[in-house]
Amino acid sequence: MSADGIYPDDLKYTKEHEWLEARDNRATVGVTHYAQAELGDIVYVELPQVGSAVVAGEAFGTVESVKAVSELFAPTSGTVAEVNGALTDKPDAVNRDPYGDGWMIRITMADPKEVDGLMSASQYRKYIEDEAN
Amino acid sequence: MTSDAAAGPLKTTPLHAIARSLGGKLVPFAGWEMPVQFSSVIDEHLAVRQAAGIFDVSHMGEIEVEGQDALALVQRLTCNDASRLADGQAQYTGLLNEQGGFVDDILVYRRAAQRYLLVVNAGNTDKDVAWVLEHARAFRAVEARDASRRYAQIAIQGPRAEAILQGLVPIDLRAIRYYHFAEADVRGARSIVSRTGYTGEDGFEIYGPAEAAEDLFQALLDAGRPLGLVPCGLGARDTLRLEARMPLYGNDLDDTTTPIEAGLGGIVRLAKGEFTGRAVLERQKRDGTARRLAGFEMVDRGIGRHDYPVRHEGRTIGRVTSGTFAPFLKKNIGLAYVPPEHAAIGARFSVVIRERDAAAVVVETPFYRRPQKDGGRSH
Repeated sequence: MSADGIYPDDLKYTKEHEWLEARDNRATVGVTHYAQAELGDIVYVELPQVGSAVVAGEAFGTVESVKAVSELFAPTSGTVAEVNGALTDKPDAVNRDPYGDGWMIRITMADPKEVDGLMSASQYRKYIEDEAN
Repeated sequence: MTSDAAAGPLKTTPLHAIARSLGGKLVPFAGWEMPVQFSSVIDEHLAVRQAAGIFDVSHMGEIEVEGQDALALVQRLTCNDASRLADGQAQYTGLLNEQGGFVDDILVYRRAAQRYLLVVNAGNTDKDVAWVLEHARAFRAVEARDASRRYAQIAIQGPRAEAILQGLVPIDLRAIRYYHFAEADVRGARSIVSRTGYTGEDGFEIYGPAEAAEDLFQALLDAGRPLGLVPCGLGARDTLRLEARMPLYGNDLDDTTTPIEAGLGGIVRLAKGEFTGRAVLERQKRDGTARRLAGFEMVDRGIGRHDYPVRHEGRTIGRVTSGTFAPFLKKNIGLAYVPPEHAAIGARFSVVIRERDAAAVVVETPFYRRPQKDGGRSH
């Protein structure tokens, strides 16, 4: 798998292939183009309940493709403010539109400065190029 | 899909280069590097159900068994009755150990009265060859040899498979019935054209010389593309076979599971006489077994996958052997060994998915049965 694909500049990225879009103390989280391509057809997404706590670097949910089960890791700590319920019936939105309809959760961040430790788009692109080789 | 146990460099088939050039995502499988998918498992699966798909299955093993005692050896080693085969006919059967467990599940092709071809699973080829050779010593006039490297195998499967293949072969494919085959020159290469498959659809498996495989694969692709044929990987092969409830060795079958436990009593022919494992199967047919392979559908959300525990009223009663999202049925399905009282249609149990009990119900299998296009001819 190459690093070809779209990695918007206004997002932050993790080594576990999640993306995060921060707005004030609110962060929207999903998986990257690279992650959805590696997984293949996504058929099931399991997300936490609104109000539950998530911890940076720890699993907050699961995504399953036909062939694989993969954990989702929180890019930042906080409280789940919103989950994308549409993924229950249309998990393939993660494949089709990973940064749009395929978003997974919104987190009220405990410490918005935590985001500074994540990768930029160009850093992430470099990271997956290295990982692929 | 079974895990990959083999160490050392991965083997490649004669179709490795073409798979790569078609954008196949290559993964290790049973010691081979094989394409798991080309476009998407779901798209490939649906193409086979609705049009056609082409698979490289050259990793499968082939053992040639020849001589005056060839039939006697095959009869001794397998549980189905190979004496019922006519020339040009194939049979699904079990190569069993003394305990009635599967050394492998295989196909037996009768090419002539004293000439048989055993088609075996890739990951079992070495074990099966050793097993057959060891037992052949007890027979006077039989020669068995591993011919796996000589053969490539291409499967073309789906409702349009016959139409696509027909343009490339000099024989009338309509004359080949299910589980029958013909030997013919396919684009100049002597090949076995067999109406068999591992998808639950109509289709063919073509065994030809390794050096002719790339030409045939490309010709089938070119002829089939306009009819919706797509290249398919092992991912779709696995979901297709599971919808059709065809077992996968290493998941649903192994050295400790018998055909009776696996719900394959139809391939056990006790009346044919003595064969390896017969005593155990006779007892199981008479007295029943402690476990049965049951087909289930998830009621709760989630996919019950290979090796997940099965529970009933808080007690572990078995284990999932295969489980997947079924792309055509759009349900989560699976197979699990459970005690017979939990294997009846409609019985409920739960599959433990990430430490949570998710409800499942035992359903009729095969999960998917293809529509009969010709008024119910038994295919």
